[in-house]
Amino acid sequence: MTITLNINGSKREIDAAPDTPLLWVIRDNIELTGTKYGCGVAQCGACTVHLNGQPVRSCSMPISAIGDQQVTTIEGLASREAKAVQTAWEDLAVAQCGYCQSGQIMSAVALLKTNGNPNDDDINQAMTGNICRCATYKRIRDGIKLASQRISAVQV
Amino acid sequence: MTFPKSFSKSSALPATAEPTDISRRGFLKTSLSIGAGFTLAMTLPSAASKLAAGTSESVATDTVANAFVRISSDNTVTIIIKHIEFGQGTFTGLATIVAEEMDADWEQIVCEAAPANKALYSNLLYGAQGTGGSTAIANSYTQMREAGASARHMLVAAAAQQWAVPISEISVSRGVVSHGNGHSASFGELASAAAEQAVPATVVLKDPKDFSLIGADTSSRKDLGKTDGTAIYTQDVKLPGMLTALVAHAPRFGATVKSYDDKKAKAVKGVVNVVQIPSGVAVLADTFWNAKKGRDALQIDWDTSAAMSESSEDLMQRYRAEVENPGLPAVAEGDLAAGFEKAVKVIEAEYEFPYLAHATMEPMNSVVQLTSAGAEIWNGSQSTTSDQFTVAGALGLAPEKVKINTLFAGGSFGRRANKKSDYVLEAVLIAQANKSELPIKLVWTREDDTNAGYFRPMYFHKLKAGLDSSGKIVAWHHKIVGQSIMSGSVFASFIQNGIDGTSVEGATELPYHIANFSVDLNTVESQVPVLWWRSVGSTHTAHAVENFMDQLAAAAGTDPLAFRLAHLGEDKRYRGVIDLVAEKSNWNDKNEPGRLKGLAVHKSFGTYVAQVADLKVDKNGDYKVERVVCVVDCGVAINPDVIRAQMEGGIGYGLSPTLMSQITINNGAVVESNFDQQQVLRIEDMPEIEVHIIPSAEAPTGVGEPGTPVIGPAVANALFAMTGQAQSKLPLRSS
Repeated sequence: MTITLNINGSKREIDAAPDTPLLWVIRDNIELTGTKYGCGVAQCGACTVHLNGQPVRSCSMPISAIGDQQVTTIEGLASREAKAVQTAWEDLAVAQCGYCQSGQIMSAVALLKTNGNPNDDDINQAMTGNICRCATYKRIRDGIKLASQRISAVQV
Repeated sequence: MTFPKSFSKSSALPATAEPTDISRRGFLKTSLSIGAGFTLAMTLPSAASKLAAGTSESVATDTVANAFVRISSDNTVTIIIKHIEFGQGTFTGLATIVAEEMDADWEQIVCEAAPANKALYSNLLYGAQGTGGSTAIANSYTQMREAGASARHMLVAAAAQQWAVPISEISVSRGVVSHGNGHSASFGELASAAAEQAVPATVVLKDPKDFSLIGADTSSRKDLGKTDGTAIYTQDVKLPGMLTALVAHAPRFGATVKSYDDKKAKAVKGVVNVVQIPSGVAVLADTFWNAKKGRDALQIDWDTSAAMSESSEDLMQRYRAEVENPGLPAVAEGDLAAGFEKAVKVIEAEYEFPYLAHATMEPMNSVVQLTSAGAEIWNGSQSTTSDQFTVAGALGLAPEKVKINTLFAGGSFGRRANKKSDYVLEAVLIAQANKSELPIKLVWTREDDTNAGYFRPMYFHKLKAGLDSSGKIVAWHHKIVGQSIMSGSVFASFIQNGIDGTSVEGATELPYHIANFSVDLNTVESQVPVLWWRSVGSTHTAHAVENFMDQLAAAAGTDPLAFRLAHLGEDKRYRGVIDLVAEKSNWNDKNEPGRLKGLAVHKSFGTYVAQVADLKVDKNGDYKVERVVCVVDCGVAINPDVIRAQMEGGIGYGLSPTLMSQITINNGAVVESNFDQQQVLRIEDMPEIEVHIIPSAEAPTGVGEPGTPVIGPAVANALFAMTGQAQSKLPLRSS
């Protein structure tokens, strides 16, 4: 059946079963591959996207539940917070294998949207759902702190 | 998405120099050979790749200086990287070495993965193309320096000819070739003229005191696209007509398909075919989700007559019984019995290590297309030559008919260096059974990845040592029981006198001088598939040796640091890392209330690492690893920030099996299936980490693995200081 999704600011007609997880529609139907599959059960966070700005695990969200909510993937990031996070990630060389980093960045951006100056506990709470097997967690933490210092200076 | 140009089927150009292809196209200008690695110098237009990228307005010209360097008229210098990049920083590291000798500007450097080509791109320590054992820098250092120096020489020779000046009067700095009389040209401007120059038979390498990129802290990483979702992994490959395949694997090790009913699976919309392969039943569909639905609808009757039925507990019981039998000697120095006779105290310890999954973030996968021309594979594998030959053998093809495109891998940690090319071969066999030229992408789910293996073997260790009246170790007997990784594989020939070195490495060569010293190995069999796992033997031997050292220090009534120093042998590099870690961790200061420190030191893959774990303990005895001080001596430090990143990540990776990770077997099947059951380190358990690098002029050694095995015993030793109990069962939070 056909479902209309609003992804990265444009409407897309999707021919997929209603129980298909948003992740697989993003990857296989819309062919945006920045959002990754890691576990399929909302345990690792590699598939994190924003739904009306909130971080969600797209692997465990059927497309029938999306409605007219705005889906933002790593490819659609454009906010001040996003630029600050992505630049901090580059400057601190956070990524190693990089596979989980789209999800890490989506969670970090969502955190900074609601909390411009997070402390370690805030970061733990927001990022505990995102596994990184290269264990880049130290630099993820440093990256979020660096981005939080820079947000106000970012040009968008 | 559009497929990246370098992998595009429509691109007329090879991704890298392939002499036969290029000469056939008539682009070859000169062809010289001075041995492996320096094969040709030629010019070829990159118009086709520009067209593929949709930018046809400019036609750049590429000059191939050698198998590792390509210079474009647009001033881009492409470094061909013979090792896979899976996060360890190989693109950055190898490019740094080449760029250093070329005197290139770091900003003009781009990296590209080498194709499968054993003659050009072998790991010089292995004699085959592959990445593992923390060897990428170690085996390539001189080769990459020569490749860079050779390319530089050709650029300089071209400039000398154009300007009619002696070579000796030309200088090169940050990608610009210049002469005192005012001549100056970029690498790009000289590229086509450089191609006319002879490849030098010998090159003069820089004096290390003149290095400006090697050892500098300013170089950005060259594995790009990892912060905006554009980096392409196997999971992301999309080819015209490609099908996604999921496999129903056996529910127990050793089970096979007796029969299956695929009616319901084939009725799922999007499912195209169902085929049986040796490892199970594969469902092919247009999308992942449809393939998964199809797989869920399969009805399979498994033949379990040869299936494993033991549990982890059964195996450990068997290992404990086995340790009492005589083993094969891995080392036997001095006279153990005489040593123990001198002892006034004898200390014993036992250690249990579970199976471990690599649990890469990107589960196993591979893309393959079989056509009349041969096989083409897209994946991120550590074992390029081994995969190429294994696939060729399975298909009855010549190895060169198997083309491998190496992509970034979403982690590997040894898993993608499979001794039997398991998941690569599985994809090939599915494509073969599908009897079609359509490309197929094999995708393992997380559950497949956790359940099917391969795993770090389970081990049991028993140690016994004697102390004399002065507190010196006079006898050391270490017994290890576990499966062999190399046995039954192409690596079996490395097993010497019954000893699989990967079972005992890290236990046979200690920092400490002990006159009467024996290590025995009892190799046991099990149907659980096993493999190397980041730092291999050291994952368990370092823990056993270093935690046992603290028990001996306590028995001798000596501080663990002083006890180690009193036993150090002649290798001064151990002393260097220990002294610095003691200083930087304030080891000799009294601990603050609620804080405990543990020290461990270990050498793996030629790299020396000492770590001090600083634990915060609450009233209930619950603890958190708050901070780690890590000192590493890896010889010449190519990229200090990559080294720091690998120590940080290696410590984090090692903390998972130290604290919470394990794979448990019950009735021949893995109990854990996803990250809700298989716990791994998350951000809240990551300590602060401080890394110090010992300045060194020694030949560089690897850093991908050596940070991992040291953290477990460092944490265990802090806990031992608190409780006086040996930390003998891993993971520590299970006991």
